[in-house]
Amino acid sequence: MVFFLQNVVNALQWGSFYALIALGYSMVYGILMLFNFAHGDIFMVGAYIGFGVATGLLALSSAAGVALPGWFVLVLTILLSMVLTALVGVTVERVGYRPLRGAPRASAAITGLMIGIILETGNLALLGARRISFPSLIETATYNVGGVYVTNKKIMIVVVSVLLMIALHQFIHRTRWGMAMRAMAFDYVVVPLMGVPINTIAAMTFAIGSALAAAAGILFGVAYPVLDPYMGIVFGWKAFVAAILGGRGSILGATLAGFLLGFIEIFVAMVFPSTLRDLIAYSIILVILTFRPHGFFGEPHSARLRL
Amino acid sequence: MRKVAWTTLSFLLAVALACPAMAGKKTIKIGLNVPITGDIPKVGEGSKYAAEMWLEDIEKAGGLEVGGKKYPVEIVIEDNESKAESAVKVATKLITDDEVLVIVGPQSSKQAVPAGEVANNYETPMISPWSTNPDTTKDRPYVFRGCFLDPFQGPVLANFITDEFGFTKAAVLYDVASDYPKGLAEFFKEAWEAKHSKGSVVAFESFTTKDTDFSSQLTKIIKSGAQVLFTPQYYNEVALIVQQAHQLGWDKPIVGSDSWGSAETVELCGKDCYGAFFSTHYAAAGATGATKAFIDRYKAEYGYVPDDVGALTWDSLRLVETAIQSCGKITGRIEKDRKCVRDALARIKEFDGITGKMTFTEEGDPIKCAVIVRISDSGEYEFYKSVCP
Repeated sequence: MVFFLQNVVNALQWGSFYALIALGYSMVYGILMLFNFAHGDIFMVGAYIGFGVATGLLALSSAAGVALPGWFVLVLTILLSMVLTALVGVTVERVGYRPLRGAPRASAAITGLMIGIILETGNLALLGARRISFPSLIETATYNVGGVYVTNKKIMIVVVSVLLMIALHQFIHRTRWGMAMRAMAFDYVVVPLMGVPINTIAAMTFAIGSALAAAAGILFGVAYPVLDPYMGIVFGWKAFVAAILGGRGSILGATLAGFLLGFIEIFVAMVFPSTLRDLIAYSIILVILTFRPHGFFGEPHSARLRL
Repeated sequence: MRKVAWTTLSFLLAVALACPAMAGKKTIKIGLNVPITGDIPKVGEGSKYAAEMWLEDIEKAGGLEVGGKKYPVEIVIEDNESKAESAVKVATKLITDDEVLVIVGPQSSKQAVPAGEVANNYETPMISPWSTNPDTTKDRPYVFRGCFLDPFQGPVLANFITDEFGFTKAAVLYDVASDYPKGLAEFFKEAWEAKHSKGSVVAFESFTTKDTDFSSQLTKIIKSGAQVLFTPQYYNEVALIVQQAHQLGWDKPIVGSDSWGSAETVELCGKDCYGAFFSTHYAAAGATGATKAFIDRYKAEYGYVPDDVGALTWDSLRLVETAIQSCGKITGRIEKDRKCVRDALARIKEFDGITGKMTFTEEGDPIKCAVIVRISDSGEYEFYKSVCP
């Protein structure tokens, strides 16, 4: 039982990352009908920006002689990096995708791949291949709850992720901009004709997705403090799987699918030899997709899907 | 008529072979096939710096003296990105394009095993300073190495843990997609189970390269009741594994292999790695003689204590130097010179390097002592014990 619960805790943390990144994929795909394959690399960029901001803040506070509490620096880092990474996302949309809006979908998809490679190698050129150790802003405190080990970082990661997901849900369902996004997801040819500014909505979608990826990147840095320029690739693929599995454009779907992916991976490794983890985990997902080809919350779509 | 044709043909062939060699100056070219970027850039950096230091010495002496004549030496450094396929490409390029006499590297077995195949096929001598997997040199007359092998390191660690702690149950966590950890994990398991009993490796868990979360494997290991965790990983994974193990409540010893020896392990891992043990080729703390001179010079030039890769690269280059010199002359005909250097390398029976005295076996593998290092409470690599075969 303790063993099982320990793995639930492990899976909750692991799933949080998939869910946060999947949201960015899902929004862009849902609203703009676009596979933004650079999203995994935006996650990487977010982690590096977080590293820069955190290091900068620590240097500033020590220069000023003020000892800022670690959690305060962390919160500030998350917020600042979300803004900065959102700007990166908007730039990617402006430079990479907007000029290709009328182009065939395949061109837009490879644009994402190319931007991803540019971000990876750009980072490599800028910072070199050296692994970067994410500064440990808060001391790890380990709690033993009846044999199940939980750290303050794990709790924080899950709580912050869930809060961000709720905030996003509220934004999409309670604001006018959110309504515009949902309308766009419904039909992005007709809705702009009714006065919804497509460029603003597209930029906003990318900004929100990237900000969430940045949050995921920093939380990732807190939990796994070794950053490298290629960390976003496989992660991006898997989160993309979660986004599709959740159903097109569904916030709840992407969130649940992200956590489900985390659970499947962790529990497959728990029961089977860990060597077979991804083999079995992704076979399971393939089976799920066979029975639910539109994902959990996706609806069979009309003529709008043009790939 | 036929005879004339054959004579002409062989004459033309001889001219064709001799021409490019005669045209160029007789520079001794040595290729360095190392990971400047990729997963373990620190390894590439250490190799590069050691090679630069070696070249400096040669240049100070006015070139490498072979048979009374001095030849200029050039080192061609190529990045294998720490990938097997790139290492193969680099080896091919160095051999066919740059026409190097000898290749030093690749460092990790993942690249050295496939690159060794290429070097052997092209009959170009290659020496891997750091690859401990037996397959690198096995049945390859042109491939050599500067370090001990995994089948040696496995029992050394199994014996060390048994003697030191008296443990009987061990757990292993390794990367199944990488030659080095996989090989070593299996050799350790074999040695441990031979020493104790079948099934005494109570958890044998794996992951794949680039994984960052090991929580489910570690949870399994903790549940298995193992007394010690052995993880033969590279420095970037060591940090994550050790930290996560502690966060999941693991408070028993963690033991690693020579891949831990990078200067970056402690930097990434921090306090979590203090008190861990690993086996390696040399320990910087407490070194004497030529080893100390090398360490001091390296530190003065590059600002940090060299790790084992640097020291082994240095020894490998010195081995190559010895071989070229004992070759007697450089003819400028690359195939012939390569053959000569390979034979000379194979003839070396004993060599006194900065990573210890070595003698060579038929396969081209050195026999030398291993060192057990403990990471001290201030994060330094402390000499703990020397284990000889």
